[in-house]
Amino acid sequence: MAETPVLVAEDLAKSFDVSRPLLQRLLAGEGRRTLKAVDGVSFDIPKGTTLSLVGESGCGKSTVARLVVGLYRPTQGRVLFEGIELEKARANPETRRRMQMIFQDPYASLNPRWRVQEIVAEPIRAFGLAQGAAALRDRVGQLLTQVGLSPLDGEKFPHEFSGGQRQRISIARALSSNPDFLVCDEPTSALDVSVQAQILNLMKDLQARLGLTYLFISHNLAVVRQVSDRIGVMYLGRLVELAPAETLFTAPRHPYTRALMEAIPDLEMTGRQRIPVGGEVPSPINPPTGCPFHPRCPLADARCKAEMPKLLPPPGQPGTIAACHAVEEGRDPAPAPAGTDQRIGTTATAL
Amino acid sequence: MAAILEVRDLRVEFPTRRGTLTALDGVSFDIAPGEVLGVVGESGAGKSMTGAAIIGLLEPPGRIAGGEILLNGKRIDRLPYEQMRRIRGKEIGAIFQDPLTTLNPLYTVGRQLVETMQTHLPLSDRDARQRAIGWLEMVGIPAAAQRVDSYPHEFSGGMRQRVVIALALCAEPALIVADEPTTALDVSIQAQIIALLKRLAREKGTAMMLVTHDMGVIAETADRVAVMYAGRIAEIGPVRSVVKSPKHPYSVGLMSSIPPLDRRVAQLSGIEGAMPRLSAIPQGCAFNPRCPHVFARCRQDRPELIETGTTRAACWLYDPASEKRAPEAVQHG
Ligand SMILES: Nc1ncnc2c1ncn2[C@@H]1O[C@H](COP(=O)(O)OP(=O)(O)OP(=O)(O)O)[C@@H](O)[C@H]1O
Ligand SMILES: Nc1ncnc2c1ncn2[C@@H]1O[C@H](COP(=O)(O)OP(=O)(O)O)[C@@H](O)[C@H]1O
Ligand code: SF4
Ligand code: SF4
Ligand SMILES: [Mg+2]
Ligand SMILES: [Mg+2]
Repeated sequence: MAETPVLVAEDLAKSFDVSRPLLQRLLAGEGRRTLKAVDGVSFDIPKGTTLSLVGESGCGKSTVARLVVGLYRPTQGRVLFEGIELEKARANPETRRRMQMIFQDPYASLNPRWRVQEIVAEPIRAFGLAQGAAALRDRVGQLLTQVGLSPLDGEKFPHEFSGGQRQRISIARALSSNPDFLVCDEPTSALDVSVQAQILNLMKDLQARLGLTYLFISHNLAVVRQVSDRIGVMYLGRLVELAPAETLFTAPRHPYTRALMEAIPDLEMTGRQRIPVGGEVPSPINPPTGCPFHPRCPLADARCKAEMPKLLPPPGQPGTIAACHAVEEGRDPAPAPAGTDQRIGTTATAL
Repeated sequence: MAAILEVRDLRVEFPTRRGTLTALDGVSFDIAPGEVLGVVGESGAGKSMTGAAIIGLLEPPGRIAGGEILLNGKRIDRLPYEQMRRIRGKEIGAIFQDPLTTLNPLYTVGRQLVETMQTHLPLSDRDARQRAIGWLEMVGIPAAAQRVDSYPHEFSGGMRQRVVIALALCAEPALIVADEPTTALDVSIQAQIIALLKRLAREKGTAMMLVTHDMGVIAETADRVAVMYAGRIAEIGPVRSVVKSPKHPYSVGLMSSIPPLDRRVAQLSGIEGAMPRLSAIPQGCAFNPRCPHVFARCRQDRPELIETGTTRAACWLYDPASEKRAPEAVQHG
């Protein structure tokens, strides 16, 4: 039997109450409003691999991340950590040490009154991972160096750092408890490219050496391509395509995935007009009927407006699953042959 | 045409217990009407600091210790707080890196937009509200008419950032200082915002300083690019030259750190080491401990911007008087 995946998400859903205050509701004669941030999301992440989630802002990526580490309770579905229900697994301090999260917002996640030294040392101390003050200081210095800061920076407070530098502090803190499962929500979005390269190399290196498992969230497709084994594309709270990383780039199937690939900025400066995904992003408060992408989809037909498509493998492409009637019916344009890219031009070779 | 923004020899200092740190040193550039200047560089290089100095919001104890900043020919670096505050809403629109500090958590986004517009433009309540909804639509907030009465915390990170962008644009300023405006956004919304910013620059002649580390966004949006390193401009020139054939060794390293989109690589190339701390900037060229081309002169004298043919770069390789000249690899990027 295959090894138990480190993480399994089963049919996860999370709703938020976004009703206006009672008085205003009564005056306007409206009821409660709920927003389904995440709906029916399932995936698993085998040990030592990286699953990435991509998708438009507001599509629910961070909400999935928070469900996976137990910061939100799911409205429906469940999360299993090494086969054990999350809440039960997290009752064990050892599990809490082993799973860590790097947040999207490096400002909100650092205590402004603590020195960097204390911020990074806290998990080490809490989990009893270093013996004595000298060992603790050494370990903090080592972590700061790993993320491209200096051990001397430990003396400073978070506000003395720029945005990118603060993100490096939160990465050092997340690594300080020697986790083996890391949820990274846009870990490098606040970083410049040279530090981003260092952090991505560090993450890959840790994975190769220590077998770490990652749930990685980013909207930068070039970054995602560098780190992922598999990629899930989310739209309006749902997974619409899940595929091996290389397949997603060489043979994207869902019309939304294809549109995302088209919208990537052009370093070649060929003057190509970026084609933004057409149409309006629908509101998660009143999601469209049927396929949530239908108001913007060039392939939408009557069935799409009425019936929600299921995640199924496209004919002849068993590694992928896509939620699209056109793909299922075989009426979408053929994917590009493997090996050729959706986009012409490279970045590095051009320089 | 006369520049909208002129920055001359700007110097920003932070007095600390351990002595005075120089965060910006000798920074000079112009932005013409309708022009977008991209500013790139490693985090901590001083990009945000440059923007904060221009809009008069340096965090104390930071202060402008030298140089001048002119907006439409008038000095704005020594103005009293109240006067600068008025300029900030009306003539300069600011989009910050951190959306939460710009938005007031206690007011709905609609109210914040309406108040900003009414402070600077003669608009009735009803017109201002209509325009507020219009701006939310323009930055891609779905169901804008319904969400105009929401509070900032009810929006996702990326949606809050779009509200901040709408706030900066809604009073139709002459200069926009945008610090990582699209960093929190995915590519499709990013494309929409970039198109909006470009259209404003073109149609209304708005000048824009665009700080971002997203080289794709720079390539698409900027007319010129300034590369910053350790509080100085390392290279400045037309976007095509700086991105495609950078001349300064630091710019070369920065451009080659961009992850390729068309394939997976085992190891991303980057620049070894880290930028020096402000308290320990080496003598001579600040990049010299990391530079693959370093030679004797680099460790002694600090280079000023030197003409390279396509750009201006602060690097001794381009000084005809140096004992060493730029190798082919750098010359041709
Ligand atoms: N605490 C909350 N209360 C109400 N609505 C929320 C809350 N948190 C998130 N939402 C809503 O849930 C949806 C998904 O939010 P989430 O932050 O997960 O998006 P995201 O994909 O991470 O976007 P971004 O990349 O912009 O951060 C959004 O519509 C957002 O407005
Ligand atoms: N309040 C402060 N006190 C001391 N140093 C600061 C302060 N704020 C920023 N710095 C330092 O100033 C430098 C430039 O910061 P910043 O302009 O924010 O960089 P970025 O280019 O990433 O936007 C960094 O080295 C940072 O650590
Ligand atoms: S199901 Fe229909 S509307 Fe949805 S993505 Fe497929 S073709 Fe488009
Ligand atoms: S001046 Fe010298 S050290 Fe500095 S970038 Fe040029 S070659 Fe390198
Ligand atoms: Mg998010
Ligand atoms: Mg910054």
